[in-house]
Amino acid sequence: MQEKVIKRYWPIFVIPTLGAFAIGFIWPFIQGVYLSFCSFTTIEKNKWVGLDNYIRALGLDKDFKDPSPLTDSLWFTVAFAIVSIVLINVIAFIFALVLTRGLKGTNIFRTIFFMPNLIGGVVLGYIWKVLINCVLLLVGEPLLALNSTAGFWGLIILMVWQQVGYMMIIYIAGLQSIPESLIEAAQIDGATSMQTLFKIKLPMVMSSITICVFLTLTNSFKLFDQNMALTNGDPANSTTMLALNIYKTFYDRIGASWKGLGQAKAVLFSILVIGISLIQLKATRSKEVQQ
Amino acid sequence: MKKRLLSLALVSVLALSSIVGCSGKKEKEEKGSVYYLSFKPEQDEQWKALAKAYEEKTGVEVTVVTAASGTYETTLASEIQKDEAPTLFQVNGPVGLATWKDYCYDMSGSDFYKELTSDAYALKDGNAVLGVAYVIESYGIITNKKLLETAGYKVEDITSFAKLKEVAEDITARSSELGFSAFSSAGMDSSSDWRFKTHLANLPIYFEYQADGIGTTTAIKGTYLDNYRQIYDLYINNSTCAPNELAAKTGDDSRNEFLQGKAVFFQNGSWEYGNLVGEGKFADGDITMLPIYVGAGDEAKQGLCTGTENYWCVNKDASKEDIEATLDFMKWCVSADGGARDMAEKLGFVIPFKGASETANVFVKQDMENTAAGKTPVSWNFPTMPSEAWKNALGTALTAYAADQTDANWEAVVKAFVDGWKSEYELLGK
Repeated sequence: MQEKVIKRYWPIFVIPTLGAFAIGFIWPFIQGVYLSFCSFTTIEKNKWVGLDNYIRALGLDKDFKDPSPLTDSLWFTVAFAIVSIVLINVIAFIFALVLTRGLKGTNIFRTIFFMPNLIGGVVLGYIWKVLINCVLLLVGEPLLALNSTAGFWGLIILMVWQQVGYMMIIYIAGLQSIPESLIEAAQIDGATSMQTLFKIKLPMVMSSITICVFLTLTNSFKLFDQNMALTNGDPANSTTMLALNIYKTFYDRIGASWKGLGQAKAVLFSILVIGISLIQLKATRSKEVQQ
Repeated sequence: MKKRLLSLALVSVLALSSIVGCSGKKEKEEKGSVYYLSFKPEQDEQWKALAKAYEEKTGVEVTVVTAASGTYETTLASEIQKDEAPTLFQVNGPVGLATWKDYCYDMSGSDFYKELTSDAYALKDGNAVLGVAYVIESYGIITNKKLLETAGYKVEDITSFAKLKEVAEDITARSSELGFSAFSSAGMDSSSDWRFKTHLANLPIYFEYQADGIGTTTAIKGTYLDNYRQIYDLYINNSTCAPNELAAKTGDDSRNEFLQGKAVFFQNGSWEYGNLVGEGKFADGDITMLPIYVGAGDEAKQGLCTGTENYWCVNKDASKEDIEATLDFMKWCVSADGGARDMAEKLGFVIPFKGASETANVFVKQDMENTAAGKTPVSWNFPTMPSEAWKNALGTALTAYAADQTDANWEAVVKAFVDGWKSEYELLGK
């Protein structure tokens, strides 16, 4: 009965969302891809230049040296992504383990850990900028604007602080869905708590891990607000991540060709993010177990 | 079945109406309307009040939207593509005009343009008048007269860089006894660094242009960069905080220090008038503005830095009625029986139009006094700076130098200034 109803009414449920998705995402995306082959000031007034923008973005144009090529930001972004994915997931999982033990005040702690997630990235960036600068001043180190090491770790601390709560909730849901009987059976068989963790719990929450790693991976690659508010690429663009690099290409210099170059970089960037996410999704999916 | 069809129909009607919902208003189309995208967040309220006054008088709808600080270009780029695009927008000078030229209406035949007192305030492309400056502003070293007197000096004493240095260093030497410092913090946070990477950098550029008899260049020589260093040194070493803290100091920090009487000098412009004068703040007689002396040129004749980076442009792609309405609104704003008095009193503007009335702004008055006394204002040459990227690189180099004042670090500033200028100009044409 239910299936029949769904079959008949699916358009009512799908069409509004699909429409919004088409208007808000698919159409702008197509326009964006088109513009990456143009030099333009605004969407309407554009001039077709073919592959020029891509040749420049990939550094293949001999007469043109991009002062801030995408590759410069790529390594910083990759390093940031690796460190933040590991830290966020490990810490979130430990919190989840602790907070599924039925301790007193568990709900309060869950709420508090989740809260940083509710604050916008730009606000967080400015707050942490003040905090980190104060600490750097006290220990006599150069401030954020002049200190790329502090910029890197500042971004890591900020992102860990913001995202751990969210990932923790997903892990808690995963841990709670493990049947009691499985854990009990393991205990009766004499498994130590370490063995239960690694042999039972971890494989059983693999689907949560997939989701969390996927989210943290794409979040780190797409990071923009926090990056702009905390370091804005200082010093000398050494803490500029991919998204900020594209933004700066767009607005730091006047002229139609810079907008085209920025757009080409943006298309390359989305291909990269989609590619990495697909590979990662496939890799972790294969480790998931059926209950 | 019927019921289902009915509900389906209802749902689709609902969805359709929400899409089509915003249809045009007829009356508006006949009279035309004005949409002004304003550049000045500090004067948002005053502009809205002016627009309302005009609306009540003529019945023409005037919408004023102000872009958030530092986002004018991005806001304009997205707004101008909309069906209801701004009919009136701003560019910052020749470099900005290059981007928006395709959208600018030629105002040369309009009544509004005839109100302008001098052609020097028009941005032209051939014979076409594409932009018109609507406000003249000045900047310099804003000075707290009372504190200066407490320290034993008078404003009239400071007539050269040497004297300014003497006064500033004496105040620094006695700062713990006096309870205040010479300069408010020269913060290098992005909310404040434009005062040094753009406005202060105008001085070495101005003197070089004067010496070479030019108005713009693609290869700056940096003849007066030693003077730039002198004045920057003075700012950062005679300030309310240690030089290595400047990297994090904001524009608000600097202004608040000045407002709280913690510093005698504060480099900023006439647009700060509303922030500094008023209830619980300074009175008109308490503050004044000194020229920024850098030890170059004829200092006895140096005036404030006076110019504009606010040009009005009318959107060519707007409907004919809207363009007419916009030009009428602009004319009303600057004419004596229209908004000119509000422009002077409420916005504190000096406007280069025939109907201008006297402003309350003490800094602008100071500028007029200086000019009357035979001093030459320093013109604004920063619209000839090649790009934001150039300014940012200079800002970073200055910040690094402030934290560690070595010759090597100053070399980096010179490199960002001179070499950066050349390479950025090369990139501009690409």
